Amino acid sequence: MSPENLLLLLLLIPLIGGVAIVITGRIPNVREGATLITAGALFWTVLQLLPIVMGGAQPELHLWKMMPGLSLTLKADALGMVFALVASGLWIINSIYSIGYMRGNKEKNQTRFYLCFALALSSVMGIAMASNLLTLFVFYEVLTLVTFPLVTHHGTEKAKKAGRTYLGILLATSVGLQLLAILLTWIITGSLDFTEGGILAGKADGVIVGILLFLYMYGIGKAALMPIHRWLPAAMVAPTPVSALLHAVAVVKAGVFSVVRIVVHVFGIDLLANNAYSEWLLYVSGGTILIASTIALFQDNLKRRLAYSTISQLSYVVMATAILTPISVVGAIFHIMAHAFGKITLFFAAGSIYTAAHKTEISQLDGIGRKMPWTMGAFAVGSLCMVGLPPTAGFISKWHMLVGALQSDQLVVVAILSGSSLLAASYLFPIVFRAFFKAPPPVEDPHHDHGEAPLPIVIALTSTAALTIALFFFHEIPLTLAKMVTGLMVIP
Amino acid sequence: MIAANHYPILQVIVPLMAAPLCVIVRNNIIVRYVATLASWIALFIATQLMMRVMDDGPIRYVLGGWAAPLGIEYRIDLLNAFLLIIITIIGALVSIYGRFPVEKEIPESRVYLYYTVYLLALSGLLGMTVTGDMFNQFVYLEVAALSSYTLIAIGSSYRINRKALVASFRYLVLGTIGGTFFVIGIGLIYMATGALNLLDMAARIQELGGVADSRTLQVALAFLIVGLGLKMALFPLHLWQPEAYTQSPSSVSVFLAATATKVAVYLMMRVLFTVFGSVDLFATTMFDEALLILAVMAMFVGSLSAIWQVNLKRLLAYSSIAQIGYIILGVSIGNKMALAGSIVHMFNHALIKGALFMAVGAVFYRVGSSTLDDMRGLGKQMPLTMAAFTTAGLSLIGVPLTAGFISKWYLVTGVLQSGHWLVAILILFSSLLAIFYIWKIIEVAYFQSAPADAQPVSDPPLSMLLPMWGLTLLAVYFGIDAETTGLISQMAAEYLLGGGQ
Repeated sequence: MSPENLLLLLLLIPLIGGVAIVITGRIPNVREGATLITAGALFWTVLQLLPIVMGGAQPELHLWKMMPGLSLTLKADALGMVFALVASGLWIINSIYSIGYMRGNKEKNQTRFYLCFALALSSVMGIAMASNLLTLFVFYEVLTLVTFPLVTHHGTEKAKKAGRTYLGILLATSVGLQLLAILLTWIITGSLDFTEGGILAGKADGVIVGILLFLYMYGIGKAALMPIHRWLPAAMVAPTPVSALLHAVAVVKAGVFSVVRIVVHVFGIDLLANNAYSEWLLYVSGGTILIASTIALFQDNLKRRLAYSTISQLSYVVMATAILTPISVVGAIFHIMAHAFGKITLFFAAGSIYTAAHKTEISQLDGIGRKMPWTMGAFAVGSLCMVGLPPTAGFISKWHMLVGALQSDQLVVVAILSGSSLLAASYLFPIVFRAFFKAPPPVEDPHHDHGEAPLPIVIALTSTAALTIALFFFHEIPLTLAKMVTGLMVIP
Repeated sequence: MIAANHYPILQVIVPLMAAPLCVIVRNNIIVRYVATLASWIALFIATQLMMRVMDDGPIRYVLGGWAAPLGIEYRIDLLNAFLLIIITIIGALVSIYGRFPVEKEIPESRVYLYYTVYLLALSGLLGMTVTGDMFNQFVYLEVAALSSYTLIAIGSSYRINRKALVASFRYLVLGTIGGTFFVIGIGLIYMATGALNLLDMAARIQELGGVADSRTLQVALAFLIVGLGLKMALFPLHLWQPEAYTQSPSSVSVFLAATATKVAVYLMMRVLFTVFGSVDLFATTMFDEALLILAVMAMFVGSLSAIWQVNLKRLLAYSSIAQIGYIILGVSIGNKMALAGSIVHMFNHALIKGALFMAVGAVFYRVGSSTLDDMRGLGKQMPLTMAAFTTAGLSLIGVPLTAGFISKWYLVTGVLQSGHWLVAILILFSSLLAIFYIWKIIEVAYFQSAPADAQPVSDPPLSMLLPMWGLTLLAVYFGIDAETTGLISQMAAEYLLGGGQ
């Protein structure tokens, strides 16, 4: 199959899967089978594209002309492949997990749930493969809209409010700021196509670059830079698989992916590195890391603590990009992957605890590790990844960030990185400690005691934990891709 | 084909002649078929005209063989051909949609009159659009206006829905003032130039050296803009509009909201860019600044008022005031992209608002009310109607892959190119206000369950669903593939800015 057709398949497979899910909606076993087959087929397609892109080719596909002179176009490049690999790979595991979770908790409207998931994955593929700003923006907005029913899945008053925050912040920033930035870019340069070295390079300088950077960075609400991060904790009302895949992987990663994409291929690293008005991003993202980590310390609700942890980890990616050295950008790209594996493990564990024990607060978790050793073991691995310790993938991304910061003599960044590692350790490790070493509360009714979560959940969370460790040892492919993006590795 | 040469006049004549036929026949069912047939013939003619204009350029048609300065000339270029399409698409779909709501909302003895007056309104709007003679425009404007007043009040009497009578009367008073201003403006131009044909006027005005030296022309322009401003419900001349749309029968709201104000905007474009276009109007006068400020005010006042409405028809009516703001904003900026944005938004907004009013009309048809409280639980009970409403609502907000996004893209591009940064930001943020009033409805329909004592309802009959979904899908399609509409609008804008020669 030609590479162009593979690109088209990336968009179509989840859509076809969505249709299959709706058709088979009345027979849950077949419906879940459809989800799993779709997810598997999508991952397989990404894998087919991988050697082509790693061989240095960039297959391109014009979808259609949207307006005179502007078309929707897909192009597979190294950066897009990283995001596509993570999202499609984790979708398989997340689907296995969803089956255990949604059935274990007897959730309603499951067909709608699986349908929206498939649609979300289709738009994620569009974001990953977008070859110009218009395409990126279109799929970015579609992702916001198709995830709205997932956030408000329970249909309660609380879900409705969270949905308002979610949609309000994401749409307001993207329409109010990002669209404006895109139109300005178009007027200044006459082009919206991502190019090596940046579209704006040589066409804009001075304060206008700073303004554009502001509009883009705050226009990408999904990257959750403070103070536009509120939607993320709010979205935690959704069922846990949604929090896991969308608010730890797909949606937020779409945000930071766009940040990297725009910095590297719209501005160009060199343009920003030589521009005095772009320095603020480093401090804003650094501040977000520290503040969000501190807030996470004081959250007793497990999912909320993880949400604030996500906010801070996302700003790692933004800050690593804002260091503006090729090696730190490699760290940023690698962290998209590393954080995805680690954070999905943590969310899976949170959902596992909720399903088995119906506990949501950290203070309730005394001694739970003895009853749920797999879950809490995986949680410990995820925590290591967040802190950035070996043998987990988080170490490799942090290593590259540090090297980049030292290379460019940005000691503030080094301080932020080490400080935030300490903070991450202090909001995550006590949970592990509590789970394994504190005595469990006396069980009132031995007949209603719980053990480990349902099998699909355990399979899912152990495999993501294993992947988090595996990525530490087998980091060849993602690292190569990241180096191809930054020009540190040139494929002849 | 002989008929093909006469399409410009047939465009008006077919609905105009069908109207008296309806009065003669008086049979409600036959009359309905006559009106539907005439509307679809009008749509067919409009598409034929559009194709001819795209192939061969502007069409000049001399009425009765009397050449231009003496006789009346019909002149069709891309802009009014596009507008004809807008009007006739809505007309054709409303003629099908209207069957059941009309039977329900209009007394049986008046149904044939409804179709008669509807045909008159249609021919009035089409006539205003095709003619190249300014006085003729006024005549058709009055035909359309008088029939609109009637349409709004046609479902009411002293006993039922008395408010519609007040709304209609208020529209009559203000609409007549608007018409009078328009005709005074025409008179003044005639005084200064001795011409009524738009192109002749333009040539004479150029000979006179533009508006800078002529007090008469300045006053004429002011009268025309105020008159048309009233007709298009431009802030602050919009006071007749919300009640008129709210109280009128459902099919009338759809038809008027989607078409009537657009034609007034079209007339303003003709005045500003064709008649006065040969002189650099905006450089010598302050009309553009005035319009710009009014347009921005309209955007915000309209959207902010819409947020607080509990009656859905009134909410959509206020939203229309904001949308007219966007269209006039593009006119006041007056560069190619902004003007193209205005033109494409006239089309897109007609589709979007038509679909939204149809959905609300369907709710009114089933539930008997169009207030927010009565929308509870409709997401489950009328799934197809509410899905259409949601989709069209997203298009109104302007999310990508819907028609509203294309309008926004063109408009903001044009505004940015003209250097009005602040205005561009205001457009984007005011467009976000639409989220508030659309989402308010979506939340009630989907997140609240129907009250226990409410009658269970279901989606309306197919003859209402199909036109509603037709418009909704068009409002999405022209956001996914805006090549045609974008190109037509850009070319029409270019042509207008070239002085219409």
